[in-house]
Amino acid sequence: MALVASFQKKLSSRLTVVADFSISLESPSVMVLFGPSGAGKTTILRCLGGLERPDLSPNPFPKGKGSSPLSLGEGLGERSYHGKILYGDEIWFDSEQQIWLPPQKRRIGYLFQEYALFPHLTVEQNIAYGLSHLSSREQRGRIAEMVELLKLYSLRGQRPGELSGGERQRVALARALAPKPRLLLLDEPLSALDAPTREQLRGELRRLLLDFQIPTIVVTHDRLEALSLGDQMAVLIAGRIRQVGSVPEVFSRPADVAVAEAVGMENVLPARVLTSEHEIMTLDVGGRELTAVGSLSGSGVFACIRAEDVILYKEAPVSISARNHLRGRITGLHSEGPLVRVTLDCGFPLTALVTRQAQEELGLSEGGQVVAVIKAAAIHLIAR
Amino acid sequence: MDWVALELSVRLALATTLILLVIGVPLAYWLSFSRWRLKFLVEAVVALPLVLPPTVLGFYVLIAIGPQSPLGQFYQALTSRMLPFSFQGLLVASVLYSLPFTVQPLVSAFSSVDRRLIEASWALGVSHIKTFFRVILPLSLPGVITAIVLSFAHTLGEFGVVLMVGGNIEGITRTAAISIYDHVQALNYEAAGQTALFLVGVSFVVLAVTYGVQRRVWAVWPW
Repeated sequence: MALVASFQKKLSSRLTVVADFSISLESPSVMVLFGPSGAGKTTILRCLGGLERPDLSPNPFPKGKGSSPLSLGEGLGERSYHGKILYGDEIWFDSEQQIWLPPQKRRIGYLFQEYALFPHLTVEQNIAYGLSHLSSREQRGRIAEMVELLKLYSLRGQRPGELSGGERQRVALARALAPKPRLLLLDEPLSALDAPTREQLRGELRRLLLDFQIPTIVVTHDRLEALSLGDQMAVLIAGRIRQVGSVPEVFSRPADVAVAEAVGMENVLPARVLTSEHEIMTLDVGGRELTAVGSLSGSGVFACIRAEDVILYKEAPVSISARNHLRGRITGLHSEGPLVRVTLDCGFPLTALVTRQAQEELGLSEGGQVVAVIKAAAIHLIAR
Repeated sequence: MDWVALELSVRLALATTLILLVIGVPLAYWLSFSRWRLKFLVEAVVALPLVLPPTVLGFYVLIAIGPQSPLGQFYQALTSRMLPFSFQGLLVASVLYSLPFTVQPLVSAFSSVDRRLIEASWALGVSHIKTFFRVILPLSLPGVITAIVLSFAHTLGEFGVVLMVGGNIEGITRTAAISIYDHVQALNYEAAGQTALFLVGVSFVVLAVTYGVQRRVWAVWPW
């Protein structure tokens, strides 16, 4: 049993969103659809929910000269387009058979970005909204269950206008979950909240999603949300899914430069391969030599280094296991809460993240000299 | 004061409003949500009575319901009566004349319902028609009230169309507006003034109550 999504939706002459992934339904997990805003994440979610129809043909409206056929080719293939959405063996959408199941028949739970609670109904009536096919006794049971689960006791009789952002989110979740959906679709579930509430609800939402045991897809552009909510993650950039994998994997080993930038990899350095032996590669980055682990073919690569993996020393350390020592000049210091982001010029720009204490102990200041140390294993290589 | 004419006017306005609600709600729903390319043509037709002289509209209605027309013949066969110069004939004309005053507030109310609420309802498994009654209509209540009030008040005050289609038959087609005209023609200014003042009063009260209830500026405005 799997949810298979393979379709495209042309939004404009410049943006065609291509979805091509599948999610196992056997062991319900949370899949994060991650990417910068405008990448087409919500469009994919809406197509899955039946709120929007994917294209029936690879070229739904005559294309101007501007868009190249190549951009389609890397997705599903211009000629062999067969759009489909399958839930197990149930067909939700099929471009060849011209099947499109309306949202009412998909039995999904959809959480809108601004929650879209019915303003004229009380919390309880909102939760009961999708339950009209049940007997009134069953309805009462289901409402009680949801009220219990999401701790809405005191809010039952209130209207959405009287609720705080966090409360609205809980009510919207309760409403989506009450009919026991087969698939939960969450569109930026936390973005409508203020920062403190968001912090607090992030962990809570993860626990709830684990409890429900419903396959879930979460759309977000927020790295922290992706990290804290997801098991699996698909990165969508400019309408294309660039990488699918477990959340830690995508964050530490981005498949390409665009993904690296999207997941906030601070240092993405173009490098030239000097030697490559026994999975140890020597690279030339801006005239400096770096040793990294990997065995990519080709003469050019990108070296990705997380800022927190860069260690700073006042003097070059003697006898240390880390392979890469780079002398550099500090070009900038930016404090980020308890941490300080240090930008260096080592012949190429390099960003390091250190604590405020470390900054004081080392006496880091702009223009000062330091040695940056990076373990070979902390450098992730991407083919160029 | 011409109570017979006033009673007739109110009766005509109530009946017209009722019929317009039955016709106007589905029409407004369609106009709000249809994606048909030529929808604007229908919109233009619905809005025509706003700009046409009442005599033009009345003239065509008179032709359309006359004994020569299919509609007139059908009605005659059915009831062995004629539509022109009858209350029923007036009703047909009033419905057409006040149509935009019902449809436009409804369309603007239906269209301003947050699209996501409608989609949320669909995602919860609720059909289009039930979504209309459970989400769109309750949230459009101010618009519905506006439509009712405007249709009623507009029908109450119509003159040209009534004169063209209904003529001036006491108790049957002589509405308040016509009665005023009659009295003025007969130089009976006192009677005309009383009825006129009464109409002003009724219209003012109806509009004032609507504004008061809705607490929204421009609530009673057709677009």
